[in-house]
Amino acid sequence: MGKMHVKLTVNGKQVETLAEPRELLIHVLRENLNITGPHIGCETSHCGACTVDMGGKSVKSCTVFAAQANGADITTIEGLGTPDGLHVLQEMFKEHHGLQCGFCTPGMITRAYRLLQENPDPTEEEVRFGMAGNLCRCTGYQNIVKAIMAAAAEMNAVKEAAQ
Amino acid sequence: MIPGSFDYHRPDSVGAAVKLLVDFGDGARVIAGGHSLIPMMKLRMADLDHLIDLQGINDLKSITVSGANVTIGAMVTQHELIANEALFSMAPIVREAALQIADPQVRYVGTLGGNVANGDPGNDMPGLMQCLDASYTVVGPNGSRDIAARSFYEAAYFTERQDDEILTSISFKSKKGGYAYEKQKRKIGDYATAASAVLIEKDGGNCTAASIAMTNLSDTPVCPQEAAAALIGTALDEASISAAVTAAVNAIDPAEDNRGPVEFKKYVAGIMLRRAIERATARA
Amino acid sequence: MNEMAPPKTERAAALKGLGTSRKRVEDARFTQGKGNYVDDIKMAGMLFGDFVRSPYAHARVKSIDTEKALAVPGVHAILTAADLEPLGLHWMPTLAGDKQMVLADGKVLFQGQEVAFVVADDRYAAADAVELVVVDYEELPVVVDPFKAQEEDAPVLREDIADQKEGAHGPRRHHNHIFTWEQGDKDATEAVISEADVVAEEMVYYHRTHPCPLETCGCVASMDKVNGKLTVWGTFQAPHAVRTVASLISGIAEHNIRIVSPDIGGGFGNKVGVYPGYICSIVASIVTGVPVKWVEDRMENLMATAFARDYWMKGRISATKDGRITGLWAHVTADHGAFDACADPTKFPAGFFNICTGSYDIPTAYLSVDGVYTNKAPGGVAYRCSFRVTEAAYLIERMIEILAIELDMDAAELRAKNFIKKEQFPYQSALGWEYDSGDYHTAWDKALKAVDYPGLRKQQAERLEAFKRGETRKLMGIGLTHFTEIVGAGPVKNCDILGLGMFDSCEIRIHPTGSAIARLGTISQGQGHATTFAQILATEIGIPADDITLEEGDTDTAPYGLGTYGSRSTPVAGAATAMAGRKIRAKAQMIAAYLLEVHDDDVEWDVDRFAVKGAPERFKTMKDIAFASYNQAIPGIEPGLEAVSYYDPPNMTYPFGAYICVLDIDVDSGEVDIRSFYALDDCGTRINPMIIEGQVHGGLTEALAIAMAQEITYDDLGNMKNATLMDFYLPTSWETPHYTTDHTETPSPHHPIGAKGVGESPNVGGVPCFSNAVHDAFKSFGLKQSHMPHDHWRIWKIAHDLGLHG
Repeated sequence: MGKMHVKLTVNGKQVETLAEPRELLIHVLRENLNITGPHIGCETSHCGACTVDMGGKSVKSCTVFAAQANGADITTIEGLGTPDGLHVLQEMFKEHHGLQCGFCTPGMITRAYRLLQENPDPTEEEVRFGMAGNLCRCTGYQNIVKAIMAAAAEMNAVKEAAQ
Repeated sequence: MIPGSFDYHRPDSVGAAVKLLVDFGDGARVIAGGHSLIPMMKLRMADLDHLIDLQGINDLKSITVSGANVTIGAMVTQHELIANEALFSMAPIVREAALQIADPQVRYVGTLGGNVANGDPGNDMPGLMQCLDASYTVVGPNGSRDIAARSFYEAAYFTERQDDEILTSISFKSKKGGYAYEKQKRKIGDYATAASAVLIEKDGGNCTAASIAMTNLSDTPVCPQEAAAALIGTALDEASISAAVTAAVNAIDPAEDNRGPVEFKKYVAGIMLRRAIERATARA
Repeated sequence: MNEMAPPKTERAAALKGLGTSRKRVEDARFTQGKGNYVDDIKMAGMLFGDFVRSPYAHARVKSIDTEKALAVPGVHAILTAADLEPLGLHWMPTLAGDKQMVLADGKVLFQGQEVAFVVADDRYAAADAVELVVVDYEELPVVVDPFKAQEEDAPVLREDIADQKEGAHGPRRHHNHIFTWEQGDKDATEAVISEADVVAEEMVYYHRTHPCPLETCGCVASMDKVNGKLTVWGTFQAPHAVRTVASLISGIAEHNIRIVSPDIGGGFGNKVGVYPGYICSIVASIVTGVPVKWVEDRMENLMATAFARDYWMKGRISATKDGRITGLWAHVTADHGAFDACADPTKFPAGFFNICTGSYDIPTAYLSVDGVYTNKAPGGVAYRCSFRVTEAAYLIERMIEILAIELDMDAAELRAKNFIKKEQFPYQSALGWEYDSGDYHTAWDKALKAVDYPGLRKQQAERLEAFKRGETRKLMGIGLTHFTEIVGAGPVKNCDILGLGMFDSCEIRIHPTGSAIARLGTISQGQGHATTFAQILATEIGIPADDITLEEGDTDTAPYGLGTYGSRSTPVAGAATAMAGRKIRAKAQMIAAYLLEVHDDDVEWDVDRFAVKGAPERFKTMKDIAFASYNQAIPGIEPGLEAVSYYDPPNMTYPFGAYICVLDIDVDSGEVDIRSFYALDDCGTRINPMIIEGQVHGGLTEALAIAMAQEITYDDLGNMKNATLMDFYLPTSWETPHYTTDHTETPSPHHPIGAKGVGESPNVGGVPCFSNAVHDAFKSFGLKQSHMPHDHWRIWKIAHDLGLHG
C-alpha cells in the first residue's frame, strides 16, 4: 500500500505528487502542494472550509481521497484572483464585511464562485440555499449574502457593459 | 480522523470492477461519491484493504428516458438528478427530494447508486425509490439480476445485494399525477427526523393510485401498502387521509436519537405524511 | 508659511478614525487564502502529535502497552503520564486554581481524556499508531448528574483531592464538591421574599454547550536546543499568560520562551485555556529535538476542550402587587466536569454571575453557587460572553418573564418599571457591582417603537384566536430582552488570572516619516483589531489609520497583556491604546511648540496637527513633528517618538441592549420560523459601526444556535452524544434569519474614549431573547419554564404537555 503518483491540474498548473491512496485531497493540497487557502474545519463534510472547485463542481476536499482526485482539474481560492486583480467576490467580501476570522472565507468564496457560475442572478433565498454547505461562526451570514449578491450584480453589470 | 491504508483501483468497466470484488473478497469495497463511506473510514469503523472506485465506468453515468421507462446509472449524482429536465418531466418528485439531501457540495458528489445501495436508513433515496416502485439492477460474477426496491432492504446496512455484486442502475416507470417529498430535519446537511414521499393519481376527484414511503423511521425504509390502500378509491377526504396516516404510523418503528424520542418521531412522521398527501393531492 | 489647510472635517475623514466604517485591513490576506493559521505553519523536520483518548468516562488505567504502536514506521515516541511525571508535567494547573491531568495518571475521568501522545512523521503514521496503543481499563461507576454527584455515596471522582477539605475557593464539603461562592445578603433577601406580595420561583437550566470555532485548537512547539529557546505557535487567546504559565510549570526562564498566536480562526472562549496538547507538544519537541505540531480534530475539540455553561439555576424573585421588584434569590449548581478548568478571574469562581440582577434596580439580593465535579470534560469557559454573564442574563430575563406572568403584567412594562434609571448611575448593585453608565429607558422605548410592540401584541392575540378556532397550527411568540453585560476585566485590584493582573497594554512607535506601528497585549480572532485599534490611534494622534501597522500575539515583541476574551480588548487594550496615544501627543506638543517657537501652552491640537492658538495657519502636522523628533536636536527633549501604556481599568464597563424577536412556531412539528429580530446595542462610543454590526450578526447567530438546538449531552455511561457537526448544531445560512440592528450611544464615563465593548453582547442578550420568544408563544396556555435548547422535539413536547395535540 505504497505511494502513488497523483497528477492534478491546480489553478491552471499541472502538478504531480506522491501520495498514499488514503491521503485526503485537502492534505495533499495543503501539505504536498503548499496550497493552504482551503482549511480543515470538521473533517466530516459539514463545514465546507475545505471547499475547492473540482471539475466544475464545488467539492469538500476533506472527503475526497487523493487517489479519487487523480487527474482532476482543481481551482482553489489561490486561483481565483491575484493580488493585483482580485476576483469580484474577493472585492465584495472585503467591501461588505463578509468575513471576520477568515477561516471559512476561502471555502466560502470558492463555493460562491461556482454558485454564481451556475446562477448568475440569484435571489437572496437562492444564495442562502446555495451557500448552505459552508459554515461560518463569526458573521451570521448576513454580510456574506450581501457580498455575494453585490458580486453577482457587479459581474452582471460588467457582462452587460461588454455586450 | 485519518483512514487506514488501502490499495486503490479505478476499473473502467463493471465487469472489471466485479472481478476485483471477487478477487479481493471481504477486504474490498466499491466507492461512488464516498460521502458515507469516507467518514466511516476516517472513524475507522469501515476497514478495508482495497477500494474500488466506480468513477471510471462511463456506463454508470447516464439518465435514460425511453417511453415511460426511466433508467438512471448508479453513478449519477444528486446534482445531475436535480438538473436533468427529462427526468423532471417523468418524475418531478426526484428533484424535490434530491434538493432536500445534504448540501450543495455533497450533492455534486453524492450518487443515486451510493445513496440507495449502502442501506443507511437515514438516506432519502431508498424510501423515494420504494415510493416509485423502482427496480435496482445488480451485477455480480454470475451476471445481472433485478431486485425491487421494496424488497431490497433487510436491516440497517444489510441489503439483498451480495458482497460481490455492484448496483449498476435504478429503473422505474414515469409517474404522472401529484407528488410531494416532505422532510423534517434539524438543519441543512442533516438526515431526516422524519420524511415522507407521496405519489397520488386522481381521476375526477377520486384517488386512482397512491404510493407512500417513509424515511429514517425504521431501520429500513417503510412503504406501507395499507396506507396507500386507505387513499385509493377515496375522494382524499379527511377521514381517508387520517386512515392512511394512522396506517403508516403503525408501520414505522423509529429509534430514539438526538433528534428526539420515539413518541415525537411517530407524531412528526404523521405530520410529514399528512403534509405530503395534502400537497400531492393539490398537485394531482 | 503653510498652504491653506483643508477644513477640519475633511482632514478628520482622511484619518479614518473613530466612528468610521473603515474597511478591514485583515481582509486582503484572508480573501486570498493567505491567512497564516497554526496548521499552515511548516518547519523543517517537523513531527506530528496525536492522542490516544479514553473511550470511558470513568475508569482505572491498569496498563498501557505501546510496543506495537512504536513499531509503526515513522513513529518516534509515545508519551504517557509516566514519562511526564519526572518533569512534574503529568498534571498541570488550571486557570481556576485546580489541577488537571495532562495524560491519564492512573485513571480517566471523562470520555475523550488524553491517555497517551504519539509523535510521528506525519498525521497518518500518528493515527495508525494511536490505533495500536493497547490500554487496559477497569471501568468505574460514572456520574454525569451534578445533583447525584453530591449524594453521600456518590463515586469519588477526584481521588487526588478526596481528603482535601480546603479548595482553591474555600471549604469543600463533599468529595465531589469544588467550592461554594456566596454574594449578597442572605437573611435580608429571604426576609424580603417571605414577606413579598408576589414571588416567582423556577429552576432554569442553561445547558452545556461548546464554543466550537471553525478552527480547532492546536500548536507547533519548537525547542531550539542550540540557543535554549522554546517557541510555541498556537491558538492562544492569551499568549502572554501562556508564556508565564509555561515558564512557571516548566522551569524554563520566561525570556527563553516565545509564544506566538498567528491568525486564529475564531476563539469564542475555546482558546483561552491551556490544553494537554500544548504541554505534550512542548515535551515532545524537547524529547525529539525537532518541532512538533498538534492540531486536534473536530471530535476531539467537542469532546475534550472547553465546554461552556451547564448551570442549574434556581431563582426566586419577589415584587409588590403593582410590579416593583423587591428581591432576588438565586442558587446555582455548576457542573464543572472532571477538573475545574473555568477561565474566570481568580476571585470569581462563578465569574461575574453576580451581575444577575441585570438591568433592574433590585434593592436586595443573594446568590450562592456550588461547583461540582462530574465525569464530563472540563471547561466552563466564557463562550462569547464575559465570565458566566450569559448565564446570569438568562436567569434574570427568564425570571422577569415568569414574574410578569405571576403579576399578570406585560413583561415590557414590568421591565420599564424596574429599570435602573439614568440618574441612578453610577449604580451600586445589591450584589456588589458599580454600573458605570446607562440609559435603559431610552433604549427600551426606541426598541418597542421600532418594532411596533403594541401592534405585535395585537397580531399575536389575533393569531391565538385563529389557533383556537382551528384555522392555524402556528403560534406567534414575541421575545423581549433587556440585558446588561459586564465586560472589560478588569481592575487589577480584584481581577487576576493565576495571579496575573488583568491590565492590558499598548506600545506605539512613530516612524520618522510619520507612519507608525502599535503593538498590543491582546490578540484578534476575527474581531478586526488591526482595523479598529488603528482607528482609535488615528483620532488620538492624527496619523491616518492606513499609516498605522498593528501587531499582536508575539510575546517577544508585544507588550505584556492578558489577551482577548470577555469583551476585554476594547475596554482595556483599547483604553491603553488611547492612553499611549495621548503620551505621544503630549511629547508632540512640546516638539511642535519648539518648532513653532512658542510656549507649550500656546499650541492646541487640531485633528492632525498642533497649531498656534489664534493663528491656525501656523501649525506643525504630526508628520512634521515625527520627522523633527528623530532628526532635529531639540533642547531638553530626547529623540524619538514612542510611548507605552499599561492600562489598569478603574472599573468594568457595562454595555447593554434591547432585543426583540418575533417567531412563529408550528405546534405539530416543533419547527420554528424566525420572522424578525431587532437588536439595539449600546456599547458606548462606537469605533467602527460596520464591525460592530458584524459582531452583532455573528453573536446573534451563535445565540440562535445555543437557544434553539446546540448542546453537549451525555448518556448515563458518560458517552458524549454530539461529537460531530452532524449532531452539534451550527446553523447554516439557510436557518439563520436576517437581523435588524440599531443603537444608542451612552459612553462609559471612565474609559478614555467612552467605549464599552460589543462582541459578546449579542450572545448574552440573544439567548434569552430567542428563548423568551419560544416561551411567550405558549404563555397563554400556561407555560412558565421549559429548558433550552428549544429544538423541534422539545418544542413539540411543550405543545404536547400543554394538550395542544388534541
